Amino acid sequence: MALRFEILGRFNRARAARLTLPHFVSQTPLFMPVGTQGTIKGLTTSQLEDIGCQIILGNTYHLALRPTSELIDELGGLHKFMNWPRALLTDSGGFQMVSLLHLADITEQGVTFQSPVDGKPMLLTPEESIQIQNRIGADIIMALDDVVKTTITGPRIEEAMYRTLRWIDRCIAAHKRPHEQNLFGIVQGGLDPVLRDICVKGLVDRDLPGYAIGGLAGGEDKDSFWRVVAQCTAALPEEKPRYVMGVGYPLDIVVCSALGADMYDCVYPTRTARFGTALVPQGVLKLKHHAMANDTGPVDPTCECMVCKNYSRAYIHCLVTKDAMGSQLLSYHNLFYMMKLSRDLHSSIINGQFPKFVCNFLQKMFPKGDVPQWVCNAMEVAGIDITSCCSPFS
Amino acid sequence: MKFSVKAWSKGGGRAGLLQVGGCSLETPALLLTTRKGLPTFISPDLLSSLPTPDSRLLQFSPLHFLEGISSKTISEMGGLHQMLGLRDHVFAANPADSITSIPDYQSSNKIGASFETPSGRFLVKPGQYVEMISSMKPNMWVTLADEVPAWVSEKRNRASVDRTVRWLDDCLTLTIANNTGGAILGSIVGGSKIDDRKRCAQEVSKRNVSGFHIGGFGLGESMEERSALLSAVTEILPEDKPRQICGLALPEEVLQGVAAGIDLFNSTYIYHLTLGGFALTFPLEEIERHGFSDRLSDNVRDDGTKINLKATIYRKDTSPILESCKCYTCQNHTKAYINHLFNVHEMLAQILLEIHNTHHYLGFFRKIRDAINQGTFEEFRQNFVETRRDHNAGATTAVVATLSA
Ligand SMILES: [Zn+2]
Ligand SMILES: [Zn+2]
Repeated sequence: MALRFEILGRFNRARAARLTLPHFVSQTPLFMPVGTQGTIKGLTTSQLEDIGCQIILGNTYHLALRPTSELIDELGGLHKFMNWPRALLTDSGGFQMVSLLHLADITEQGVTFQSPVDGKPMLLTPEESIQIQNRIGADIIMALDDVVKTTITGPRIEEAMYRTLRWIDRCIAAHKRPHEQNLFGIVQGGLDPVLRDICVKGLVDRDLPGYAIGGLAGGEDKDSFWRVVAQCTAALPEEKPRYVMGVGYPLDIVVCSALGADMYDCVYPTRTARFGTALVPQGVLKLKHHAMANDTGPVDPTCECMVCKNYSRAYIHCLVTKDAMGSQLLSYHNLFYMMKLSRDLHSSIINGQFPKFVCNFLQKMFPKGDVPQWVCNAMEVAGIDITSCCSPFS
Repeated sequence: MKFSVKAWSKGGGRAGLLQVGGCSLETPALLLTTRKGLPTFISPDLLSSLPTPDSRLLQFSPLHFLEGISSKTISEMGGLHQMLGLRDHVFAANPADSITSIPDYQSSNKIGASFETPSGRFLVKPGQYVEMISSMKPNMWVTLADEVPAWVSEKRNRASVDRTVRWLDDCLTLTIANNTGGAILGSIVGGSKIDDRKRCAQEVSKRNVSGFHIGGFGLGESMEERSALLSAVTEILPEDKPRQICGLALPEEVLQGVAAGIDLFNSTYIYHLTLGGFALTFPLEEIERHGFSDRLSDNVRDDGTKINLKATIYRKDTSPILESCKCYTCQNHTKAYINHLFNVHEMLAQILLEIHNTHHYLGFFRKIRDAINQGTFEEFRQNFVETRRDHNAGATTAVVATLSA
């Protein structure tokens, strides 16, 4: 184990912690931006430090293709290659294959797929995924899991869950750098509480440095989503970090944090920036909209970032989707927003102000009090009273 | 705006001091070409990592804002400085920028100049142009010109001079009526006809302008005929006003312009290099014959003054673009990383390269000024040109081919 996880404050199920990783001491809850190919699109590493990013995600599948894990290893690991002094996390590569490649197929051996380079059949085994991630050298590496769409039902879900448990042992056995890299296991089991429970127990028995809740954020209904998160966080050990994979909507992060999750990742904040959308306390602001053309106010008047301090909506409007600078500036703002949200979650939990923070957050996002029912349900389980920001008829 | 010449050098170069917008800038100087007021890939926080005050001069085309934002809105915000959050920078407006606002002489007519832009073709009349200037409030601005390439007929060339002078008068009259601020740089055209160039320079010098903009170069005239054309113009112009030029981009062309007494240049060269994956690497400390390191065996169009970071030889190269370079990119990243970024089409490649190239080209201008101040500009120019020529006989043509590719 190469991490320390110290809980600094709690509010019911929510926790604020200090997560000490080989390259950085980070504060949870935290959002991790996705830097697929060894870069967050359009931002320099010094800007990412300015913004307050703590952990960046790299995609193993992409990095293994280009520049290859062998080259990254030869040049001293991904931290050095991209000159990022803080923490890194790599995924297993399995999810990317299944979602990006048409001809990916999962067998007991591993994920078979057609090479995008020469079209030949290739195989990614749990051993190989770990070997590649050992070469890339991230602070946190992920076990190869059997990924199925959350919307699928039936025996395939059960098969995938049991296979994920069999594969974790192969991953642990293959892991060559346990004192420098932390292997996280991934809880699978679809939307079935019984399967999720078996998976959690199986993984906890392996005493891993941290645990991820996988197979979510794939189009399932929101009530199913939070219930799975709530069930897993309740069953996972207190003293280990919990990472909900693929979650990136600010509202989802607030709800999951209330339920006791600590880490999140998603391409959403940077991807939506490239399409001209800014994250703001009220939800989203579409800078492409004609109404922005003559709006001389900042993107978010309450934001302290370099972009909001200097630029008007009107100026960003004339850049977005036409000039590279539009996506550079909006990505900057959106990540700043996510990091501010992470910091606010952390400090409000520590200061005992967490319910107040959640209410303020919901009030801004739902000024009419029309907080979605699933959020109300989740908050009830989390023990957060949000009646003050819900209209009596909602 | 105030301008004074501080030193002359053998070989024709002059060093001056341009005081504008609260900045004291030494000339010859480079104006950074922008897209809508910001360098193409360098955001304002990264812009501040470039040497100051050298990087404070920004050139833009008011035509960049014909779509997406109204002049009224820009005016309400207080002009470009406020809109861009760059209050300490100097903005220079030029309707043509040779990247996203290209003069289209075939569509220009007696009432206005035509430009090709990403938002389509626009015919701009002097009245409209001065209105844009009034709302954007640049520190200095170039008057509307009818720029034509070298190959047009004599009649068309004469018409371009007549129109440009007439539009200059229109701009001056409208400026008084609109109370437009900013120093006016009168446009001089005349294509590749010495007589027309002279006539235009004489007419413009008679007007009440703060400086001059020499347009219509880099449009098909040969490098040989250019020197005579440039000198014909600068000999007529009063010495105490700055001279800006558009269309001279390559280092050799800049040196040619400096020799002819030009003070201000633009950086479209950097833009094209950056998009092509090229990084400037000519040494700034000692430009001597055979001073370059000997690594010309590769066939990646390495002419000893720049390298192509897309080339596979940099795949494992963990050194910075230039060991001695103090720019953000060289201080933080390796060639191997930038090569990877180009391979996977990541925008950070252009960001890092534009930073290095801008930093390096600003350094080149500093060297030019030093040489003029030391009275050694002619040797400096000769050494530079010969070393490049020695390295690759086809260097200039290769660059031109790259630029037009
Ligand atoms: Zn902001
Ligand atoms: Zn550099």
